[in-house]
Amino acid sequence: MAEENKVKLHGMWASPYVKRVEIALKIKGIPYELVEEDLVNKSQLLLQYNPVHKKVPVLIHNGKSICESLVILEYIDETWKNGPPLLPQDPYKRAKVRFWTSFVEKELLENVLLVVRSEGEAQEKAIKVVFEKLNLLEEGLKDLFQGETHHIDGENMGILDIFLCSLFGAHKAQEEVLGVKFIDPEKFPLLSSWLTASTEVAVVKALQPSHEKLVMVYQFLRQKALQPSAAEVEVKEGVYVSSLSRSSAF
Amino acid sequence: MAEVKLIGFWASPFSDRVIWALKLKGVNYEYVEEDPYNKTQLVLQHNPVHKKVPVLIHGGKSIPESSIILEYIEETWPQNPLLPQDAFQRAMARFWIKFGEEKMATICAVFRTAREEQQKAMAEATKLLKIIEEKGLGDKKFFGGDGIELVDISFGWLTYLYEVVEKVSAVKVLDADTFPQLHAWIQNLKEVPVVKESLPDHQKLVGHLKRRRETHLALLNCHN
Repeated sequence: MAEENKVKLHGMWASPYVKRVEIALKIKGIPYELVEEDLVNKSQLLLQYNPVHKKVPVLIHNGKSICESLVILEYIDETWKNGPPLLPQDPYKRAKVRFWTSFVEKELLENVLLVVRSEGEAQEKAIKVVFEKLNLLEEGLKDLFQGETHHIDGENMGILDIFLCSLFGAHKAQEEVLGVKFIDPEKFPLLSSWLTASTEVAVVKALQPSHEKLVMVYQFLRQKALQPSAAEVEVKEGVYVSSLSRSSAF
Repeated sequence: MAEVKLIGFWASPFSDRVIWALKLKGVNYEYVEEDPYNKTQLVLQHNPVHKKVPVLIHGGKSIPESSIILEYIEETWPQNPLLPQDAFQRAMARFWIKFGEEKMATICAVFRTAREEQQKAMAEATKLLKIIEEKGLGDKKFFGGDGIELVDISFGWLTYLYEVVEKVSAVKVLDADTFPQLHAWIQNLKEVPVVKESLPDHQKLVGHLKRRRETHLALLNCHN
């Protein structure tokens, strides 16, 4: 492949934001080179490619850098049209998918992170909020799928499936570390079956870090928040410190 | 052509965005005013999840969230494109739209604060506005180049920040000396006929934001 057509992804193994882009690239069948970043000592390249946020993921294509996972996913969908679409064709369906993707990102992810970073009463409050949001999402899915079964496989994962996977793909690790099962099949039957189907997709399975590693990530995030005098870490969007093992072996 | 309705609020920059986009596309629409401080069944029905304006209703289908509405408008009415054709340029546009959305509350914190808090907020706002000016806008007339596009529309709230918020909060957040390019961009934006005719009444907006600021500061004092 000519140098300028090459696709590179600057990422970090524990980042769910990077995971989204990897799933999308693999679904589309786009070969890429993964560049693992040390987020404690960010490379000059990363600072050059993402001067505004200095974060991963960053996609490099044709020598140009694209940042922010959702922006990257839309770029991938528009640039490689021969793979399965990541968004529906119809503008109204696209709007609905974008709405729920934004919901997963802003309303669910933020509140799950709150649960990770809190304890006692504050944590109970945060857990309650997550369940309220999940209720809304369950209702939203009924409307989105309109009574049809949403069939997911390696041929038709879209941005919403990818975003949901990137958050709740680690649900077993979340359960172990936080002691709460978010996607309870009795409370959220649609969400539960959807999550099961998404995480069974071969591409998603192959990209998922091991359970042990995910448990370590969540324990680390929690420890950092509850004992701030501990290891020096940044826990903001897309930044997970790799004081854990840097190997990408799963 | 299916009916287009917009539920909005006259003082909301989020509503403004949708109005500008619809007008730039030459789309006829019916406007319905909704007071966000006294919500009616209308908004609860059409945006049950967030219960906010703006909401676009097209052929009976509701689309909430201004940034999502803008993409919908762009895709449904392709005349007078408001996003670049090139995928990379579109990605850049979406990047800056997202940046503006995420940082808007922080930049506007000067409006909701006073004294030391406001000083801190000023410093943060200056930092972020510099990023937008230097890395987003640069020397261009508009964010995308020569013509108004979705990024410009999405940053329309900067026209509020300048002039109105400054008057109300007694701080100069977007002065011409510190931000010459943003300043020039604001003038360019206000000269676009659709924007010129659609900006809310200045006096009315000053009055409204004065009251909003009083509410914010009262809340802060309650907690002190």
